[in-house]
Amino acid sequence: MSNLFIYIHQAFAQHALLAGALVAASCGLIGPFVISRGMAFAVHGTSELAFTGAAAGLLAGSNPVAGAYVGSLAVAGVLGALGAKERERDSTIGVILAFGLGLGVLFLSYYHGFATQATNILFGNIFGVSNDQLWLLLGICAVVLVSMLAIYRPLLFASVDPDVAQAKGVPVRLLSIIFLFVLALTVTSAAQIVGTLLVLSLAITPAAAAQRLTTKPSSITLLSISFALIASLGGIAASLVSGTVKPSIFVTIISFALYIFARIVGTTPATKRAA
Amino acid sequence: MTTNKNDAVVQLRGATLRFGQRPLWAGLNASVQPGEFVAILGPNGTGKTTLLKILLGLERLTAGSASVLGTEPGKSNANIGYVPQQKNFDRNLPIRGRDLVELGLNGTQFGWHNHAAAAKQVQSAIAFVKAEVYADNPIGLLSGGEQQRLRIAQALVSSPQLLLCDEPLLSLDLPSQTLITHVLDDYRKRTQAAIVFVTHEINPILPYVDKVLYLANGQWVIDTPQRVLQSGTLTKLYGSPVEVLRHNGRLLVIGADEAAHTNQGTHHEEHA
Repeated sequence: MSNLFIYIHQAFAQHALLAGALVAASCGLIGPFVISRGMAFAVHGTSELAFTGAAAGLLAGSNPVAGAYVGSLAVAGVLGALGAKERERDSTIGVILAFGLGLGVLFLSYYHGFATQATNILFGNIFGVSNDQLWLLLGICAVVLVSMLAIYRPLLFASVDPDVAQAKGVPVRLLSIIFLFVLALTVTSAAQIVGTLLVLSLAITPAAAAQRLTTKPSSITLLSISFALIASLGGIAASLVSGTVKPSIFVTIISFALYIFARIVGTTPATKRAA
Repeated sequence: MTTNKNDAVVQLRGATLRFGQRPLWAGLNASVQPGEFVAILGPNGTGKTTLLKILLGLERLTAGSASVLGTEPGKSNANIGYVPQQKNFDRNLPIRGRDLVELGLNGTQFGWHNHAAAAKQVQSAIAFVKAEVYADNPIGLLSGGEQQRLRIAQALVSSPQLLLCDEPLLSLDLPSQTLITHVLDDYRKRTQAAIVFVTHEINPILPYVDKVLYLANGQWVIDTPQRVLQSGTLTKLYGSPVEVLRHNGRLLVIGADEAAHTNQGTHHEEHA
């Protein structure tokens, strides 16, 4: 425990906690929409292709972060351009994902730098972020939070009741494209903390837990953000205490524990069997 | 309210709709006045739902023109209440009945929105359809009739001047049908809003309907229910014998389904 009190005064730990809080808030905010729009697989696909981008960035000039953003935004652009319906979208993502991962592995096989750089992409390394990367992360999370607050209401309408939303004049298609890009930015930011493989633990699990506890949309959002913050900050703190284990492992454990807790005490329809 | 009281809420001039080579209707002239309750009847695949989508600006006429609330379709949607085809919400949908109704009021607003300001209007719309008891339950757990009442509240909460309803009574039990038609009729009498109501089943709404637009066999006819729903008119429309029986204020149309089937020939696909 004493580790924590020593580290907490050091810049690297403070930076990590700040970055962790911002990423958690973004993930917690988009999570309920990811679920109601049935986009869990899109999150996974986008983050895996952030990995491909990161591997390419590493190979091209030791800049995996920029590569990851380029990779995930490219995927968002492709999915938006295809405008696929839900059913087709999953197969499209599957196709792109399989090819993208193959490319990523190819890039890594040509990369002869430190092997840890590659594991950092997959499992995250928030203690290793530079000042510049931290500022980039701050800027991107700010963009995500502001965009989501701006489109929150019509996006909710379009997600739960698309026919009437469209009839009322909500730009359903445009919102769906905007959301894809917001998702790509969030997922890639989260990947820096928990890694591309474990992004779902911040982007889905907290929201899924929240939905077990309430059906009021604003409460779901607030709970989802709270759970994501607990998992993220708790995971980073636990990692500081342990000294050797990566934060991502603790983040996923805390996040999963919160979900189990919600499943046990939850009373919302998600918890009931069909009548 | 920008429209003059004498202006039609909906005006169709020479409206024509074709799917590929198949004409669904051509040269349709029709108007809907404020306070009017207009039923759209006809077999499947005659473009009834598409007509509503045209009025919403989501689909286009093949030829002719449409105007809605004094503007071209799609420009006045904020003043239109829309009730889509009855389709049950997903059981796990994370919203309550009350939230669905509120989306009808401020769901199109970007940026910050004020729940407190909306609460009163939302509550009175919920009370109007007598859904207070279950409005705070998750929407996906309510019965079809309860969901549909909240859909009506959602459509009415913004005080629209035009209501477009697409088979809102489909698969509902009789008490729900009665309550919903009564509520709609009450609303249009109070506010002089117009109602355009697509349906397969005329009987539940017959006492309230001012005009019937009947689409069949590539033809159309619009007039009072008494004039449209009689054997002579429908036989002419379908081009084959159709009989309308009246019993205790209810109508029974015999032969229409068979006639529609024959006339459509090989075109069985539906354009719902």
